[in-house]
Amino acid sequence: MPVDTRRDVRTRSGPGRRRRQVLPAVVLGGALALTGCSSGAPSALDPAGSGAGRVANLWWLLFWLSMAVFAEVMAVLAWALLVRRRPGTRVRHGQPLRFVTVAGAGIPLVILVTVYAVGLRDLAALGDDPGPRAPTIEVTGHKWWWEVRVQGVDGATANELHIPVGEKVRVRLRAADVLHSFWVPQLMPKTDLIAGEVRETWLHADRAGSYRGQCAEYCGTQHAHMAFLVVAEPRKDFDAWVARLAAPAPAPRTDAQRRGQEAFVQGTCAGCHAIRGTGAGGRIGPDLSDVGSRWSIGAGAVPNDGGHLGGWIANSQTVKPGNYMPPQPVDAGRLPDLIAYLQSLK
Amino acid sequence: MSVRAATGTEALTTELPVGRSTGWWGMVMFVVTEATLFACLLGSYFYLRFQYGGPWPPDGISKPKLLVPLVMTAVLLPSSLPVVWAERGIRQGQRWRLRAGLAATLVLGVTFLALQASEYAEKLREFTMTTDAYGSLFYLITGFHGLHVLVGLTMIGWLLAASLRGGSFGAHRHERVRNAAIYWHFVDLVWAAILFTVYLSPRL
Amino acid sequence: MSTTAAAPAPGASREDLAALEERWGERPSLRSWFGTVDHKRIGRRYLVTAGFFFILAGLSALAMRTQLARPESRLLSPQEYNQLFTMHGTAMIFLFATPMLFGFGNFLVPLMIGSRDMAFPKLNALGYWVFLFAGLFMWASLPFGAAPNGGWFAYVPLTERTNTPGLHMDVYSLGLLFLGIATTAGSINFIVTALKLRAPGMSLNRVPLFVWAIVATAFMVIFALPALNLDNAMLFLDRRFGTHFFDPGAAGNVLLWQHLFWIFGHPDVYIIVMPALGIVSAVLPAFTRRGVVGYPLIVFAIVAISIISFGVWVHHMFATGLPRLSYSFFSAASTIITIPSGIQIFAWLATMALGRVVLKVPMLFLIGFVVTFVLGGFTGTMFALTAFDQQVTDSYFVVAHFHYVLIGGAVFPMLAGIYYWLPKITGRMYHEGLGRWAFWLVFAGMHVTFFPMHLYGLFGMPRRVYTYRSEPGWDGWNLVSTAGSYLLAIGLLLVLIGVLHAIRRGRPAPPDPWGADSLEWSTDSPPKPYNFPVLPRVHSLHPTWDEASRESMGAGATRDRILADGRRTLLTSELDGSRERVVEMPEASLQPLVLALAMLVFFTAMLVAWYPVAAVAAVAVAATIAVWLWPPRRPERELGVQP
Repeated sequence: MPVDTRRDVRTRSGPGRRRRQVLPAVVLGGALALTGCSSGAPSALDPAGSGAGRVANLWWLLFWLSMAVFAEVMAVLAWALLVRRRPGTRVRHGQPLRFVTVAGAGIPLVILVTVYAVGLRDLAALGDDPGPRAPTIEVTGHKWWWEVRVQGVDGATANELHIPVGEKVRVRLRAADVLHSFWVPQLMPKTDLIAGEVRETWLHADRAGSYRGQCAEYCGTQHAHMAFLVVAEPRKDFDAWVARLAAPAPAPRTDAQRRGQEAFVQGTCAGCHAIRGTGAGGRIGPDLSDVGSRWSIGAGAVPNDGGHLGGWIANSQTVKPGNYMPPQPVDAGRLPDLIAYLQSLK
Repeated sequence: MSVRAATGTEALTTELPVGRSTGWWGMVMFVVTEATLFACLLGSYFYLRFQYGGPWPPDGISKPKLLVPLVMTAVLLPSSLPVVWAERGIRQGQRWRLRAGLAATLVLGVTFLALQASEYAEKLREFTMTTDAYGSLFYLITGFHGLHVLVGLTMIGWLLAASLRGGSFGAHRHERVRNAAIYWHFVDLVWAAILFTVYLSPRL
Repeated sequence: MSTTAAAPAPGASREDLAALEERWGERPSLRSWFGTVDHKRIGRRYLVTAGFFFILAGLSALAMRTQLARPESRLLSPQEYNQLFTMHGTAMIFLFATPMLFGFGNFLVPLMIGSRDMAFPKLNALGYWVFLFAGLFMWASLPFGAAPNGGWFAYVPLTERTNTPGLHMDVYSLGLLFLGIATTAGSINFIVTALKLRAPGMSLNRVPLFVWAIVATAFMVIFALPALNLDNAMLFLDRRFGTHFFDPGAAGNVLLWQHLFWIFGHPDVYIIVMPALGIVSAVLPAFTRRGVVGYPLIVFAIVAISIISFGVWVHHMFATGLPRLSYSFFSAASTIITIPSGIQIFAWLATMALGRVVLKVPMLFLIGFVVTFVLGGFTGTMFALTAFDQQVTDSYFVVAHFHYVLIGGAVFPMLAGIYYWLPKITGRMYHEGLGRWAFWLVFAGMHVTFFPMHLYGLFGMPRRVYTYRSEPGWDGWNLVSTAGSYLLAIGLLLVLIGVLHAIRRGRPAPPDPWGADSLEWSTDSPPKPYNFPVLPRVHSLHPTWDEASRESMGAGATRDRILADGRRTLLTSELDGSRERVVEMPEASLQPLVLALAMLVFFTAMLVAWYPVAAVAAVAVAATIAVWLWPPRRPERELGVQP
């Protein structure tokens, strides 16, 4: 049910994952206890692909080693505070340099060399190229939205990209203006988008679902609202998505939608936005050819429904202050037509 | 050095050669941090050059000509010698050497700046600091160094002015001369690195 | 071990003391207030001013936490939030942490090494004024809505004029360049003071660990700050005069900014933490009743950290897609730098385990430091591993990490230092009960605020967002953080109340209320303007605990360490601290203030583009320096001029 997963940002996680998080919660005095309740968040501890999966395993290794060393430190501290404060305790004047060297340098060195080796292995794995046959998705970061294209296909969409489950997909990253960072915590660690350069990463999901991603490099006023969604779906659904990107937008079917299209193409909208197969070809804002099917408006600012869409068109500055879309002087009478048309684009 | 000599009036008002002075250390540390600044600046030049990857200088700017910079080098590098000679002189109490040496350095330094101005006049016709990053680097590096020469000359001129008045420097008080000399030698040596980076390296 | 307060040390006669008072004392007047060069007054001013900027930056943080208490809150506009978080970071790093520690250094270094002032007292005064003016220069932009808003590391191209028009980032670049003058001057002063002004007998192996830490810090500043200065100069030129250093469309490169920034920025982490670790080593002996274990190991660790810290900057750029080979190298260096910190931690733990712990407020903060800093160290090591770093960098996990390191590693030691040295600085004891309350509130507040950030960082919440949509695991933990931040604020308020209470109501402090080991405790609380009636002769690493060093200030004092017939102190040799000569120290002067004001005019004129005014101010700067250093006239014969 691709439509359902698209609407629902949250994903379910298996009970096994939750069980693995119980013990550390005990160790930290219940602080992590609510990790289980976080399932559904775009959590790096709830990985859904091989990239984030590796890092999650690395995290648990680091976590347990840290707890072991922390216990060692706390034990010495407790000894000093409980035993060495008893009345009549005599100060000892030795210089236990061997203890300091072994506990402070020797043991840490062994641990560090180990985790460094493991980390290097994971770094190499994350850097692997997905291979020549992998599909390539071109992502361009704008202030403050994501332009998404599939290599070899003419059309574009925004703030949402699809990948086939179980396959590695290459993602090619460019920055249109300032630096951004491409981060899907459940699938893959970050890669920055660097102005003037091209960066590559890949995505891999081993279960279907929708995974929230967000810009992770501060990029100005609306950095907070620069989210996107990665939809992992069976290969045929992915192929259908690519085909939709190549095809013209659906034609209006009702009178209201037709009036809405007319208003769109002849009004100010088309100056910035494109809808494939119509006269609207603006390149400043996101391509709206499939706007009706998107999970949100304004890159995660508000849910995609009629009310929010109308509010966004009338004055998006109240929704996402500082974004580059000026308030639109649309007749109150024509706004419902415009909304009807845009919602039909899916 | 006996205690009396070290604590007597003379030792207080003058600078007997007992160990390094605080002023010497202060100037050395200042020069160290300035040298780091120049190292970062020249490092940035090479970083931008090699990250750019294309022909350098870019945008069809011609490779820098060598004649004027080599003349500038021939003027600036030897300008340290009169300072050394002047400093040695005042250590022996010969104030005329201090005055003559500083004056010679002043002349050489001003000549250097005049040559740099003439070079700028020519370069500015070809590119400015807003042309591209190469232009920005060229004028920032040479301009920043020129500013240091100006500061150095101000120090030299200030010393000269003080030395023309009686009662400023002598065999027992020449620390200001030494510290200004350290700064001047530094400005001088940095030029060699700039000559290599800005003028010679594009030909490599 | 303590002597009675205010009794003249038997080593100096009444006449000597009167002469010293005459030479060093500063009568209260407007002129002496603005012209003082006394390192203790300047140190106190650093502490108070840095504390003031800490309050401003802390209030910014409270506003941010209030905004983030609930999802989709509209308390602050994004523009306001972005200025607040930028000023919070910039001020905490540049206007609070380093100046606060410089304040401790200014007050303590001359006292700890047995000198009467810093090597360059007037330069010291200049440093303070420049710091004050630069701080006000930056904060003054906030009421105008023109405060920096590009984050404290100000990545280009966001901070270029096309993306951030207005004065915001000009305030940032010029403000930091201005402040850099103070930091560089202060660092040079610390280095030279520690090299040349140590009391006779204080060879390198008897230098207190705090002084080692300050000197290592100063060296890091000397080598790291130029990179930041260059970066800011290029940013200003790009923004104001249209150069292209960071413009990829004209042969520039945006990553140049990041490289230069972090070549400064990573050593800066240690510039902040190192002196604080020095405070730990200084405070610990008094509350464990023994010297710190492994003095040579700790000195080695300090030196090692300050060198290695220059080889790890790329770990701040692990997500920028640089070649994997360079990541492997910088990952290894970043991993290895943990080792010297581990040595220090276990040296302190061993000290506690062998000594007898006395649980006074400063010691409580040291224990809080160990717990917190160790946790921050673990996450720090995690960030050394590129793969893990790429997952959690720029999320709230990294916010949690560096607050553990900076609050645990710097603020807790500072608070320990405030309680510990308050008797020395003010001559008054603090209220123990109030201090304990403050500790527990600060400790609890700190962990309640920042521990959850690890969690919602791992749950995918990026940093620097002015608001967020409700996600499972985000809302609740954010609320917990906000509650914790108020707790922390109350605790810090109690610290402030404790300090004010001590100043107004505290009972008078004896010279050595703790039975501590370093030299500042062998003179009055607060010290006389000349610090020591008799400059000590140092015989061990713990001079106040050792009979010979103490007696050197008593009846056995020789005239050549009293130096009452002038405003004088001793110069000694760099390595073994053997006496070289007596120097005359400068008196109070308004020149530092005038020079700093001329610089303020220069930078303000540059900001508002009044370039002729800036040029005049630059000439005024040069003229003031020329007058400052002008050689006083002496008879030719005395100077040794040959006819």
